[in-house]
Amino acid sequence: MTAINSSIPHSTVPILEARAITCVRGDRELFSRLDLQVSAGECLHIRGENGVGKTSLLRLLTGLAPPESGEVLWNGVPIKKESSEYHSKLLFLGHRDALKEDLTALENLRMYAAIDGIDLSDVEAFSTLWRFGLKGREDLPVNCLSAGQKKRVLMARMLTRRAQVWILDEPFNALDTQAVRELQSLIGQHLEGNGLVVLTSHQPLAISNLRVFDL
Amino acid sequence: MSNVNNLASSRVTNWFKFSSPSTFYPLAGKMIPWFWALSIIFGVAGLWISFFVAPVDAVQGQVYRIIFIHVPVSWMSMFIYLVMAAWAGLGLVFNTRLSAMMAQALAPIGAWMAFLSLWTGAFWGKPMWGAWWVWDARLTSELILLFLYLGFIALQASIDNARRADKAGAILALVGVVNVPIIYFSVKWWNTLHQGASVSLTKAPAMAQTMLWGMMLMALCLWMYSIAVGLMRVRAIILEREAHTDWVKQLNEVKS
Amino acid sequence: MNAFFTIVQRDLLLVMRRKSEVLTALFFFVIVTSLFPLGIGADTALLRKIAPGVIWVAALLSTLLGLQRMFAADYADGTLEQLVLSPNSFTSLVFGKIVAHWLVSGLPLVLLAPVIGIQFDLDAESLRVLMAALLLGTPVLSLLGSIGAALTLGVRGGSVLMSLLILPLYIPVLIFGAGAVYASSVGLDITGHFSLLGALFILALTFVPWVSATAVKIAIE
Repeated sequence: MTAINSSIPHSTVPILEARAITCVRGDRELFSRLDLQVSAGECLHIRGENGVGKTSLLRLLTGLAPPESGEVLWNGVPIKKESSEYHSKLLFLGHRDALKEDLTALENLRMYAAIDGIDLSDVEAFSTLWRFGLKGREDLPVNCLSAGQKKRVLMARMLTRRAQVWILDEPFNALDTQAVRELQSLIGQHLEGNGLVVLTSHQPLAISNLRVFDL
Repeated sequence: MSNVNNLASSRVTNWFKFSSPSTFYPLAGKMIPWFWALSIIFGVAGLWISFFVAPVDAVQGQVYRIIFIHVPVSWMSMFIYLVMAAWAGLGLVFNTRLSAMMAQALAPIGAWMAFLSLWTGAFWGKPMWGAWWVWDARLTSELILLFLYLGFIALQASIDNARRADKAGAILALVGVVNVPIIYFSVKWWNTLHQGASVSLTKAPAMAQTMLWGMMLMALCLWMYSIAVGLMRVRAIILEREAHTDWVKQLNEVKS
Repeated sequence: MNAFFTIVQRDLLLVMRRKSEVLTALFFFVIVTSLFPLGIGADTALLRKIAPGVIWVAALLSTLLGLQRMFAADYADGTLEQLVLSPNSFTSLVFGKIVAHWLVSGLPLVLLAPVIGIQFDLDAESLRVLMAALLLGTPVLSLLGSIGAALTLGVRGGSVLMSLLILPLYIPVLIFGAGAVYASSVGLDITGHFSLLGALFILALTFVPWVSATAVKIAIE
């Protein structure tokens, strides 16, 4: 199964590539010898029915799971070889929120900044949380926030993380229309800033420079 | 020149050809009867020496003959653990399914050997010291080895995803292998500190040459037996885990 | 380095917000040790003899209780994945979690043990030896335990299985740790026991964080 490639950009442009990757889950072979390319400024929307392997594909692209065969490359270098370098440029958001419920939004942001090796000033942390409508809620434990507010904390993390590659698994799940618009505009800004995005979603998306990939 | 290269490369590929379950399966099938035959030959020779040739022990009488089973099974239980850990380690490093399947196949055999060792140890101990169990260093270490085997088997049984089970088991087996000497040493230390009983063979009256031969032959018998049963088990595991592949569906055993 | 301290601080903070879990394990330690005199009899000479073993076994079991916490919560809410994806060394993050675990589960045992020791009529010198042995031994328990916790992540019946996997590995620590206290109580030399405990500590410290990190990555795949 190969991707329908648009014009391949020059190799000097940052590019995430998968070459002939095969994925096996349990006894089933989900997909075999798949090729994929995403370059800076592009958003790849991976579509498919439930169970076809979208989440597995995303996890292969992050390096969390190794492919059965084939390799994933970042700027021409296999991610297995320089995983620290790749991970410093990568933000992955999976199905679960990955927020510590007993910590506050601010503490979560600060914790992730330290773990991801980002220098996050208090000013930036607060202003980002306020931008997403969490003023006055920064010091509440996350389990006191609504589902929508938790997603906004995640959006704050997306901004403060300063990653180049965003790999997002169903980021629009459980978002109200305004939040959907905000996230889409956030992604749009990221693409303009020379970032790349790979995401899955069941909904149609209004993002410029979008390419669709059907698994 | 190209002929030589072809010959060399065909020899190399020949070796790795058998690292695939589909090619190993028939090869194993052919080897099994030979190992059973060897096992029976060694077993008959060993038992004959144990019962008829080795002299009666002055102190222990006929009962001591159980060491011809007890010692070989103890040796095998430790040897199999090493082999199992080696296969599991290979599977982890080279990401080969077959190596991991071999480790999975060997575990119950090793566990059974450890259990037999404890059981025969008890049967030897009862007439000797009047107790079914003594906290001797070697018996205690054997008990712990049994726990290590059971842990490995239990871990692999509880993980649904076969590849994850392989890799997790490999880590456990390798950690176990490093720990076995440490555990053995600590148990010996504990035993001397608390002056427990000793079932040591070296303390027994000097071993006749024939006794040693008897034990060696029994050990060889068990080794061949382990390989035969190991191959049979790995074939069953291959069938189970590769059931979705075409080559398995084509097999006579599966079609019938 | 910063990431390591962040993880330690984070885990401690999380424990502070849910104190009950930790206190239960400590109460368990105290209760279990009290069961033995009730089961065996209050003969002081006998109690003095069994004290090292009883206290150490109770320490092992109560450490096991706390091991569940090490990775399970992070695994369930998706945070563990994020740690694996950190550009910082995952091994150092795992080591941070082990340190946090010891600070919460091991160190309190070291501080509580003399109280229990007094209940078993151990002399002052033996109490000191007990604390020192636990101080050296409980980190090894946290380290080795992390391997079991990592291997059984998300597995059905994980906690019981974890105990089965880890307890055989704990045996050397138990033997040398309890042996040291027993030796001290009968006036024998303790340096051998302590050197061996020290060796176990250094061995575990050097290799285990990396092994556990590998085991976690396997569980996450």
